[in-house]
Amino acid sequence: MKNELLHRTVSELSKLMDSGELSAVELMRAVIARTKEVDGRVRAFNSFDEEDALSQARASDQFRSKSPRGARGRPLEGIPIGLKDVIAVAGQPLTASSRMLEGFVSPYDATVTQKLKAAGAVCWGRLNLDEFAMGSSTENSAFGPTSNPWDLERVPGGSSGGSAAAVAAGEAVATLGSDTGGSIRQPAALCGVVGLKPTYGRVSRYGLIAFASSLDQIGPFARSVGDAATLLGVISGHDRRDSTSVDLEVPDYGRAVAELGKSGRKWRLGIPREYFGEGLDPEVGAAVQAAIDEYRRLGAEIREVSLPHTKYAVGAYYIIATAECSSNLARYDGVRYGHRSKDARDALDLYFKSRAEGFGAEVKRRIILGTYVLSSGYYDAYYLRAQKVRTLIRRDFLEAYKQVDAIVTPTAPTPAFRRGEKAANPLAMYLNDIYTIGVNLAGLPGISLPCGFTRSGLPIGLQVIGQPFKEAELLAVARAYEERSDWGSRRPQL
Amino acid sequence: MNYEAVIGLEVHVQVKTRSKMFTRVAAGYGEPENTLTDPVVLALPGTLPVMNKEALDKVIRAGLLLGCEIAPLCKWDRKNYFYPDSPKNYQISQYDQPICRGGSVEIELPGPARNVMGEHRQVALTRIHLEEDVGKLNHGEGESLVDFNRAGTPLMEIVTEPVIRSADEAFAYLTALKTVMIYGEISDCDMEKGQLRCDANISIRPAGATALGTKVELKNLNSFSFVRDGIAHEIRRQVAVVQGGGKVAQETRDYDGQTGASQSLRSKEMAHDYRYFPDPDLMPVQVDEAWKQRIRSECPELPFDRQRRLQAELGVPYTITSVLVPDRRLCDFFEEAARLSGKPQAAGNWIANDLLRELGAAKLPLEESKVRPSHISGLVGLVDGGVILSNAAKEVFVEMFRTGEAPEAVVARMGLRAGTDQGELERWCAEAIAGDPKSAADFRGGKETAINAFKGPVMRAAKGKADPKRVDETLRRLLAG
Repeated sequence: MKNELLHRTVSELSKLMDSGELSAVELMRAVIARTKEVDGRVRAFNSFDEEDALSQARASDQFRSKSPRGARGRPLEGIPIGLKDVIAVAGQPLTASSRMLEGFVSPYDATVTQKLKAAGAVCWGRLNLDEFAMGSSTENSAFGPTSNPWDLERVPGGSSGGSAAAVAAGEAVATLGSDTGGSIRQPAALCGVVGLKPTYGRVSRYGLIAFASSLDQIGPFARSVGDAATLLGVISGHDRRDSTSVDLEVPDYGRAVAELGKSGRKWRLGIPREYFGEGLDPEVGAAVQAAIDEYRRLGAEIREVSLPHTKYAVGAYYIIATAECSSNLARYDGVRYGHRSKDARDALDLYFKSRAEGFGAEVKRRIILGTYVLSSGYYDAYYLRAQKVRTLIRRDFLEAYKQVDAIVTPTAPTPAFRRGEKAANPLAMYLNDIYTIGVNLAGLPGISLPCGFTRSGLPIGLQVIGQPFKEAELLAVARAYEERSDWGSRRPQL
Repeated sequence: MNYEAVIGLEVHVQVKTRSKMFTRVAAGYGEPENTLTDPVVLALPGTLPVMNKEALDKVIRAGLLLGCEIAPLCKWDRKNYFYPDSPKNYQISQYDQPICRGGSVEIELPGPARNVMGEHRQVALTRIHLEEDVGKLNHGEGESLVDFNRAGTPLMEIVTEPVIRSADEAFAYLTALKTVMIYGEISDCDMEKGQLRCDANISIRPAGATALGTKVELKNLNSFSFVRDGIAHEIRRQVAVVQGGGKVAQETRDYDGQTGASQSLRSKEMAHDYRYFPDPDLMPVQVDEAWKQRIRSECPELPFDRQRRLQAELGVPYTITSVLVPDRRLCDFFEEAARLSGKPQAAGNWIANDLLRELGAAKLPLEESKVRPSHISGLVGLVDGGVILSNAAKEVFVEMFRTGEAPEAVVARMGLRAGTDQGELERWCAEAIAGDPKSAADFRGGKETAINAFKGPVMRAAKGKADPKRVDETLRRLLAG
């Protein structure tokens, strides 16, 4: 039973706990044992606190025994949920996988953390990432790379590589990550799990270490579309502490998806021609095409659509994201917390040395780029123009949505690549996000779900892009395919 | 050659709010170091700003009071620079779309004498915007400590056009601005607490020229008189540079009010590139007509408008209004006393002279005064009705101030009622005339001043409680008869 547990979904585990066949402590023990067994190889976690997790699990069991009805109102009761190490949990380390924040312990909870706790979840461990969420391979972590559970020589994607790998390897039932240009969807694709980036504003960013404020969004990794829906329901909603969170009612996503599934609605799906061109790995292209064919068999109407400004997305993204990050990361200065250089002579020297020592190469590269594009005399040519491109990209999508309900694309152009393969070439690395970046620029929801494997056994991800705040429809489209496929049941051999 | 100065002022005013600009922790002064902080103030990883509506309300109120145009959208920008007192190393501010544009501050220039009203004119404003204050650095031996209590306090920056011509005008501007801020309950403007800070941009040019000269920014002008002295000093310095054949360099200078000297802080080449861009953490806030209307309905009468009204409608002289008007609560107190008594001038005299003197001596604020407008009104009534004499009234006031008793009660308790028995007064007058036939004859013979000879004996007989006016009338009647 123990190994079985490790790949069950939230809904299956909840049923086991509701019926008394399983306790939260037993589940937590199994997850801890699995993590200890495999994480030396996978390295999904920056850190975890067994005792703390078990004590949360015991509290959950007590809550369930005292108020069994209450547990039913708490959709994640006793479920171990891993958190990307950019999401604050009071009393736990918060490092962003950076030397800059090594040893920093958050004194406060992120809003999503509070929501997870209120839903009964056990906050389990700190998951690795590319430093400050900047990267697509989790190789930029100051604490060492995470491996892809399907092939330990390969990257899990990034930046939320730890969050994706932990779910794939059975080290957590579900996890949270953050997505700025694909940082949830791309690692989900590369690790063969489900990853959802909600609409910008759906989930509070309070307590998420900012990379690029206008693009960042927290979202779940899970073993099934249904679990992703459950987690989305828990973490969504307006937050008075985040002015960019939107005050819209949060539907019961699980029920909404089930109802949409039963309704027999014929989805109109758009296939953007710009997403199937040069650079797309043939095996990935074939798997995505097969998924589109499956949709057609399901009765969906498949239409080719055009997103004409796609070719400008990567350029605009690397201007906007770096501009925002150059300002967001200014607070890491060695004055109040975090790394402080030991031999600084004065304030200026303290900044120079602390930041030179604390930040890794990719973070520095982006801070320099962002500082440059915001400089006096360059602002109009870069930042302002990029914002205009962003508007055009959003308009492309909204135009397409006049014809279709959702858009289907590959998540990433290639399956998981080898560690070190792209590390020396930032541009090649940036192009890994070519299909995911537009979604962030347009503020749309997007999901990646498994749609096949390469001949060498690497997972392939299908991306479905939805309309603003219509996550229920997006999930229903994804669920329709998931129901007809079996990819999620495969396990990596570890 | 004669030179004229061109001065623009940038005044930072802390907005008086319960909480800070972008978080719920309290704003305040004088608390132990780093106690008015929270994760947002300290810019801990993951924290986000949320706008304080009260601060925006108050800046809109300031804008409406000063006749500014209020922007339909309140938009926020980041001003990026590194300094240890700035927790995020950027300041949330307003760059290209300030909440208020235009408007002006009415000022009063020094009059020819203290009791004569000076010339009034308008100082045009460029803009008012809202931002957040920074922390405070305390430099010690070999180390510097930061106190973040002030960090994140709402701060507005009020920028004038380059239209101020002298140090005196700058002083008058600050005085007028402060009064309006206090009237609008926007800020207390206590410079000692850093609630108002002033930087001046100063240039000179040949008198009558239209082109602007090279400007120098003068910083750390931390009292109104330092502003005046610092500007006067800088004008002299620039004139001396130019007359000596030199050129004024564009720079920022630091003025030391103690030594009366200034020194260069940084040159134009060292100016910051602040890399302003819209703050992606804050959504622009729409300010619609209803919002503005609500705030307009809360706006008080402007101080100079009030002064004109008191002078024109109530006939209160400048010497009194110039004392009462700058203090909104004192002037409210006065208007209440004037209304109750129906005698604005008399009430004004009591408040501007006696009440302020007693409050000053007792070191009490007006709020703690036991004398209320009803006391003033009662006292004015007693004097006016001849119940007490003015020198007795002074005593009544002091006693009232001490005890809070009603004036009638003080008069009764202390027996200060004026001798009002006409029969008794006539008898004293008759006795005085009978006792000095020579003076009586002199008076009747046309020597007007001879009447004064009787007044001393009458007052002595009345033990000072006789009304001099009535004594005079009675004597004249008896002498004529």
